[in-house]
Amino acid sequence: MTAPIEVSGSETEAQPDAVLAGVDRKAIQGRSLGQIAWLRLKRDKVAIGGGIVVMLLILMAVVGPFLVGDPNQPHNDLIDPMLSRPKTGIMHSGISSHHWLGVDLPAGRDMLSRIVNGAKYSLIISFLATILAVVLGVFFGVVAGYFGGWVDTLIARTMDIFLAFPLLLFAIALVGVFPDSAFGLSGNGLRVAFLIFVIGFFSWPYIGRIIRGQTLSLREREFVDAARSMGARAPYILFRELLPNLWAPILVYATLMIPTNIIFEASLSFLGVGIKAPTPSWGGMLNEAKEVYEVAPHFMFFPGMAIFITVLAFNLFGDGLRDALDPRSSR
Amino acid sequence: MIRYIIRRLLVAVLLLAIISLVTFGIFFLLPKLAGQSTDDLAARYLGREVTPEGLAGVKAKLGLDDSFLVRYWHFIEGIFVGTDYKFGTSVTHCPAPCMGFSYRTNEPVFDLLLDRAPITFSIAIGAAVLWLLAGVTIGVVSALRRGSAFDRGAMSMALAGVSLPMFFTGLVSIFLFCRQFKILPTPRYEAFLGNPATWAQNLILPWVTLAFLYAAMYARLTRAGMLETMGEDYIRTARAKGLPERDVIVRHGLRSALTPIITIFGLDIGLLLGGAVITETTFSFAGLGQLMLQGITRSDLPVALGVTMATGLFVIVANLVVDILYAVADPRVRLA
Repeated sequence: MTAPIEVSGSETEAQPDAVLAGVDRKAIQGRSLGQIAWLRLKRDKVAIGGGIVVMLLILMAVVGPFLVGDPNQPHNDLIDPMLSRPKTGIMHSGISSHHWLGVDLPAGRDMLSRIVNGAKYSLIISFLATILAVVLGVFFGVVAGYFGGWVDTLIARTMDIFLAFPLLLFAIALVGVFPDSAFGLSGNGLRVAFLIFVIGFFSWPYIGRIIRGQTLSLREREFVDAARSMGARAPYILFRELLPNLWAPILVYATLMIPTNIIFEASLSFLGVGIKAPTPSWGGMLNEAKEVYEVAPHFMFFPGMAIFITVLAFNLFGDGLRDALDPRSSR
Repeated sequence: MIRYIIRRLLVAVLLLAIISLVTFGIFFLLPKLAGQSTDDLAARYLGREVTPEGLAGVKAKLGLDDSFLVRYWHFIEGIFVGTDYKFGTSVTHCPAPCMGFSYRTNEPVFDLLLDRAPITFSIAIGAAVLWLLAGVTIGVVSALRRGSAFDRGAMSMALAGVSLPMFFTGLVSIFLFCRQFKILPTPRYEAFLGNPATWAQNLILPWVTLAFLYAAMYARLTRAGMLETMGEDYIRTARAKGLPERDVIVRHGLRSALTPIITIFGLDIGLLLGGAVITETTFSFAGLGQLMLQGITRSDLPVALGVTMATGLFVIVANLVVDILYAVADPRVRLA
């Protein structure tokens, strides 16, 4: 949270000479709360490590697909037709200088290429779904918290219902009954758009509840009274007065929601109702690996580790961000 | 107390009505909104041999041209008093509780549900017991020995636990325990009444896999709750008046730290059925989740609808029970 009055960092402002005689000038530099949070975050090695991995993953998802070749190119010559497993490589994984992570079964497609391309879909879906959830959650959370009364009751109850239900089942139902072409889209584009919608739509109450709680306490603060007494209308107070004070929890919970959504998307693809084959996705690869992992454990190992590393990195970074932004938090 | 229970019951009934309407809407309104005609739906039911007569027959049989509310009413009527299904000229009476027939096998959906439910509940109950015990114990010990090697190790494990997708841990555990080391048989469901020992032996891996994720979350929550509670003034008072440390921890610390955990447990029991879909798929158990997936992939809407409805009912009842237990344990709740 930023303070209503920003303390600017200029040295001249904060230096009444009489007091400062003999004091090191740097020692009392003014810092904004954002700067303090950044300093705290920088000291947290684990969180920075997570952040770096996140950056690398994003880089991999953006430029990787141009470097690794076609994820759907089969290499039948690498597969032993009798034993139906790759002929070469450690533990018959097909790992070689051409295929760093081996090849999959039964077609012998390059695993590295499929994992890198899978990262693209996984990150696009989880990022956009998170943005959708944050927009919905913040809007309804602020409105419920600020207006109170029946508006609050209605929104809060709706959020309770959402939170209490096995959303995975509902998501499966939604994805399942949805036709293959609609709204002028079809194929993969429609799938991705629909997954973003389903995941975002089902996860907004998590952030909505937190924002509502924060708004409940913020609306009693003096600066809100001041704005109201000067004749500010509700939309102005909501979006110009309250929202800027909510950026810290929004940032933290958005960061922590991304890994949850990555797992959500992977679960749907694993269950066969997410991204459709042959488009590569981590969950889908594990689904294919489920049938053959006895002869080719690498097929299960690499996509699983890709999910694990990604989710862990986001979790570590998010935890660190929360600790840095919330002065009361302790470990 | 009675008034509180009545109020919760009324809310539960209202919720049930809303949920069933929404679920029904997902299955029967959404395809229409997305631009599918009833002909498309009937064609999906027919499969390969699509003829105009066939389409008309299917539409009449399934009532596809009826309005949404008529069909919803038909469905609700079936559950409570039974209803008639017209197959061409013949009429099949479906006694209550009737949830329709599978499009694919013509079996009554209710029988399918009864058939599959024990498998899902076996997975869910064992996992719930396991994660509650493990999660709370680890959380308490971690909090009491904050900063120790145990604490750091357990919290790293917990972080890994919440970051590992259940289907990956499941596959890895089958690979390790059933293939490489051959400690356990490859899991497949055996009825509890047949032989409880083999029942449990087959379920160990699904239980542990499912419980691992939740135990990790609960350990983190319990630890945070315990740390906060043990810093309270009344804990100092309890120590000052000379209570043994054991009583301080269990009766004063844990009791208060557990209250929010119980609330979350009530919610998670419901979410657990969603988790069970993944566990069932990973271990190839033919439970409710598999039934649901089958219903979706084969466009067998009555089956998928039945599972979703049954789950909704279960969640609402579970929450009702938790609410009432909660009110018994903590009198402040009744006034809220």
